[in-house]
Amino acid sequence: MSDESPTARNEWPLWEIFIRGQHGMSHRHVGSLHAADSEMAIKNARDVYTRRNEGVSIWVVEASKITASSPSDKGPMYEPSQSKVYRHPTFFDIPDDVGAM
Amino acid sequence: MYAQMVKSENTDSGPEFDAFQARIDAGERIEPKDWMPDGYHKTLIRQISQHAHSEIVGQLPEGNWITRAPTLERKAILLAKVQDEAGHGLYLYCAAETLGVSRDELTEMLLDGRMKYSSIFNYPTLTWADMGAVGWLVDGAAIMNQVPLQRTSYGPYARAMIRICKEESFHQRQGYDIMMKMAQGSIAQKRMAQDALNRYWYPSLMMFGPSDKESVHSTQSMKWRIKINSNDELRQKFVDQTVPQAEYLGLTVPDEKLHFNQETGHYEFSEPDWNEFFEVLNGNGPCNTERLSARNKAWNDGEWVREGMMEHARKKAANEKVAAE
Ligand SMILES: [Fe+2]
Ligand SMILES: [Fe+2]
Ligand SMILES: [Fe+2]
Repeated sequence: MSDESPTARNEWPLWEIFIRGQHGMSHRHVGSLHAADSEMAIKNARDVYTRRNEGVSIWVVEASKITASSPSDKGPMYEPSQSKVYRHPTFFDIPDDVGAM
Repeated sequence: MYAQMVKSENTDSGPEFDAFQARIDAGERIEPKDWMPDGYHKTLIRQISQHAHSEIVGQLPEGNWITRAPTLERKAILLAKVQDEAGHGLYLYCAAETLGVSRDELTEMLLDGRMKYSSIFNYPTLTWADMGAVGWLVDGAAIMNQVPLQRTSYGPYARAMIRICKEESFHQRQGYDIMMKMAQGSIAQKRMAQDALNRYWYPSLMMFGPSDKESVHSTQSMKWRIKINSNDELRQKFVDQTVPQAEYLGLTVPDEKLHFNQETGHYEFSEPDWNEFFEVLNGNGPCNTERLSARNKAWNDGEWVREGMMEHARKKAANEKVAAE
């Protein structure tokens, strides 16, 4: 679609923005924005995504550099883990007498 | 609303379509790479873009008063509010872009009139009291519509709405705060507040779109959960919430027929002039030309900056590559 647009060649690339909040959580995807380069992407991310103290650290990644899993692989990718219920602690019955475990 | 009269595409039937509808009915979110019917895809692009354009054009009526705010504090607040609206536009453009449409393309469609924005932003802001009325009524009406959209079926759209809703209540409160100040002020100030309410009341009611009887696109959109409540439902909710707020201010809603129905527990009110609404939507409102030419000017004047920045980035990347070799 973008190829049809006369101005598309000069459209600034899209960057995905990840922000780490204040409470020791990992960086989280918050959205995307356009910027000419990474430096500008960080500056714009500050204005667009941290106007209310939402973060203390910003990562920017050019959207075209991201490889995503495909929805059609959902079955082969995630179904194998469904049959492995023993990976969850609740699979095991431990008597109350044993105490906290 | 911000997205008024969004033309909804029809959908075909077949197992794929049924499975898709079943996902929506089960409350699942649809994500960008998932299969979706063409009609859903097209309608979403139209709706999200129209919403984004509204946020962007919506900066203009309030931007009009930034340099003339009565105090430095009011100026800083208004500036922050208008900056938020720019942010809202950006969140929404991003959501639209996940559907495979480019930002520049969307911008061009706004600039040449192929895409629309909310009718409300084609009214002028004549006095400082209008900043109060806009925050209180226009952002108030927007909130009514946006809160349910946080649960809309398209993931990126729902997430954008969540961010937006977090910021909107500041907008409405700063507007009401201006109204309180004016309504409790001198006789001249109170008159200005009343005048702003008089001019913004019906245009605010129009924001929800035509009455359900005439809203031809709603059924499919509601099935797809990209529209959650009907136009009349939201309009009623807005009136029920706003009338007591006007009373608190000691202002009069400009509707002689307005009264509370004890049995239904709702206010009954006059419909806005729908001919005016369609005129405004078709480009013939008081400020349509001004708004579009302001956006076109900004886009054209900014062209050399956009190109220059891109060229600079290309050169810098090339130099870094040479240095690394
Ligand atoms: Fe907004
Ligand atoms: Fe808004
Ligand atoms: Fe707002």
